[in-house]
Amino acid sequence: MNDNKLINLVNISKSFGDTMVLDELNLYIRENEFLTLLGPSGCGKTTTLRIIGGFEIPDKGQVIFEGMNITKLPPNERHLNTVFQKYALFNHMTIAENIAFGLKIKKKSKAYIKDKITYALKLVNLDGYENRMPDSLSGGQQQRIAIARAIVNEPKVLLLDEPLGALDLKLRQDMQYELIRLKNELGITFIYVTHDQEEALTMSDTIVVMNQGYIQQIGTPEDIYNEPKNAFVADFIGDSNIISSTMVEDKLVNILGVNFPCVDVGFGKNKPVDVVIRPEDIDLVRPEEGILAGRVTSLLFKGVHYEMEVMAGGREWLVHSTDLCAVGSEVGIKVNPYDIQIMHKPESEDEQAVELEV
Amino acid sequence: MRIKNISSTRAVKVPASDTGLQISKTNKVKWLSYPYILWMAGFIIIPLFMIIFYGLSNDEGRFTLENISLILNPVHKKALFLALELSLTSTLICLILAYPLALILSKFKMKSNSFIVLIIILPMWMNFLLRTIAWQNILERTGIINTFLQFFHLPTLNIINTPSAIVLGMVYNFLPFMVLPIYNVLIKIDKDIINAARDLGANSRQTFGKIILPLSLPGVISGITMVFVPSLTTFVISTILGGSKIVLIGNVIEQQFRLGNWNTGSGLSLVLMIFILLSMAILSKYDKESEGNNIW
Repeated sequence: MNDNKLINLVNISKSFGDTMVLDELNLYIRENEFLTLLGPSGCGKTTTLRIIGGFEIPDKGQVIFEGMNITKLPPNERHLNTVFQKYALFNHMTIAENIAFGLKIKKKSKAYIKDKITYALKLVNLDGYENRMPDSLSGGQQQRIAIARAIVNEPKVLLLDEPLGALDLKLRQDMQYELIRLKNELGITFIYVTHDQEEALTMSDTIVVMNQGYIQQIGTPEDIYNEPKNAFVADFIGDSNIISSTMVEDKLVNILGVNFPCVDVGFGKNKPVDVVIRPEDIDLVRPEEGILAGRVTSLLFKGVHYEMEVMAGGREWLVHSTDLCAVGSEVGIKVNPYDIQIMHKPESEDEQAVELEV
Repeated sequence: MRIKNISSTRAVKVPASDTGLQISKTNKVKWLSYPYILWMAGFIIIPLFMIIFYGLSNDEGRFTLENISLILNPVHKKALFLALELSLTSTLICLILAYPLALILSKFKMKSNSFIVLIIILPMWMNFLLRTIAWQNILERTGIINTFLQFFHLPTLNIINTPSAIVLGMVYNFLPFMVLPIYNVLIKIDKDIINAARDLGANSRQTFGKIILPLSLPGVISGITMVFVPSLTTFVISTILGGSKIVLIGNVIEQQFRLGNWNTGSGLSLVLMIFILLSMAILSKYDKESEGNNIW
């Protein structure tokens, strides 16, 4: 990956009727990057993708592709291809005709097209399917054909709009590996839209968390998970305990009346902050050893770990642990300083409102 | 191995109870279809067999092909060919008018769908005869159009009692039957399929030719059937707008029945039926060839 900006979205705004979908969005996508737009439905992620693909024209702002302004270029003149959510295969054509569609329009030679079809089908592990009809294939197979149909055109960027949304869990996991492999073999840029945080964390180089038309945070999966910038990101990515607290001084935060040592600095003295503690980062110890003492109120077996709720300091704490603590038992809560993530409180009322709705 | 056996017997049992449920459900549904089956038997199947019987027998009820061979009578032959010509013309005109209309209508937002369907079927709220008679008045030598033209000292039109008037009547009356099925197919085409074609480099003309048109063919074909068949068999439109000079095969058959020649009328009807079946066979064959498999 290099720092070359392949696509640059500058001050993009878009509304449908009275609904503002994107507001002054700025985002750049680097060459050979797997970038995921992640957020709940209605956050503007699909609209962003459709603006890049050329299916929507923004009300304001520019789409720059390799230094050229392509904001108003129709989709057929852009050097990128899209994989649609519901596959959008041409049901009146065979698999081979589907894959050949873009190449025939570009008037490639028959031999070239034939080679490309064989190559693409091999790439998506569906060799020998040339003469089948799309509706005789399973959902996962159809989605792979849709990918094959897109990549034979050798796009610089592949746009994927929740391509795994319609598949079942097992298939979705298999396809995640498949997509990572494809991305590495093709060496092109993927822009991926999903509301599934697990998908985003597994596949992406960069995750863009969006909500209500605004970008909440951009970062690597590790950044987003370990150091969420605000309560929305913390809440949307994985389970978390978000606690309104006070930053006493550098490296010391007061949570529910108890001082916890932490590693964050620069928030000032006695400033209100939000604290995120991931449930797997909480250690349950004997009551006298913990910083806070409490009682286990519920216990669920989740397969890999137990999910427990602990009443301590006047609130419920979500705890994930491989060690079992029976309901009703007295426990102490202990958190390592580097597992406490401190976030600024939202400043404006607007930001506040955004979070309340979540 | 044991576990496998158990699970396999389970797997067999479950669907068995499932199908049992389905049978009882379909039985209930079957009951509901009995009135229609009775209706169909009484008013479609039996009359059809009566026409076949009359068509293939003479006054004394003996088998003969004479009624059918009456189509070779020059007057009948001429009426049949004229009917074919006019109905094909009106079907073609309907198609040319309806396809762009359906295409434009299908691009409106979903909200106004029922309104669009309403506009299309609105003319059908008025009686078919009344509408045709209205056209007679409009087209007459002293009708509205000619009065208007005379007022401006323009040459008058003599459309009434010509084949053109009949084609006009057919197009006017049957156009909705062409628009609706095409419109219905067009609105069902997923927007993303069109987007996908554009995404793969097709301009709007290529997208229409390679995607929209082939996907809408089933609608076109049912539209053609729904216009061609009533046009071919009509005798009302030709009587009202064609006067007594223009005789279509429908008029011939009607006359035969009026005169009490049930055998001749039935025989000629059978010939007409053969033409209709033939046209439907050609259409469905074309449908299958172009589609590969059925969308509907």
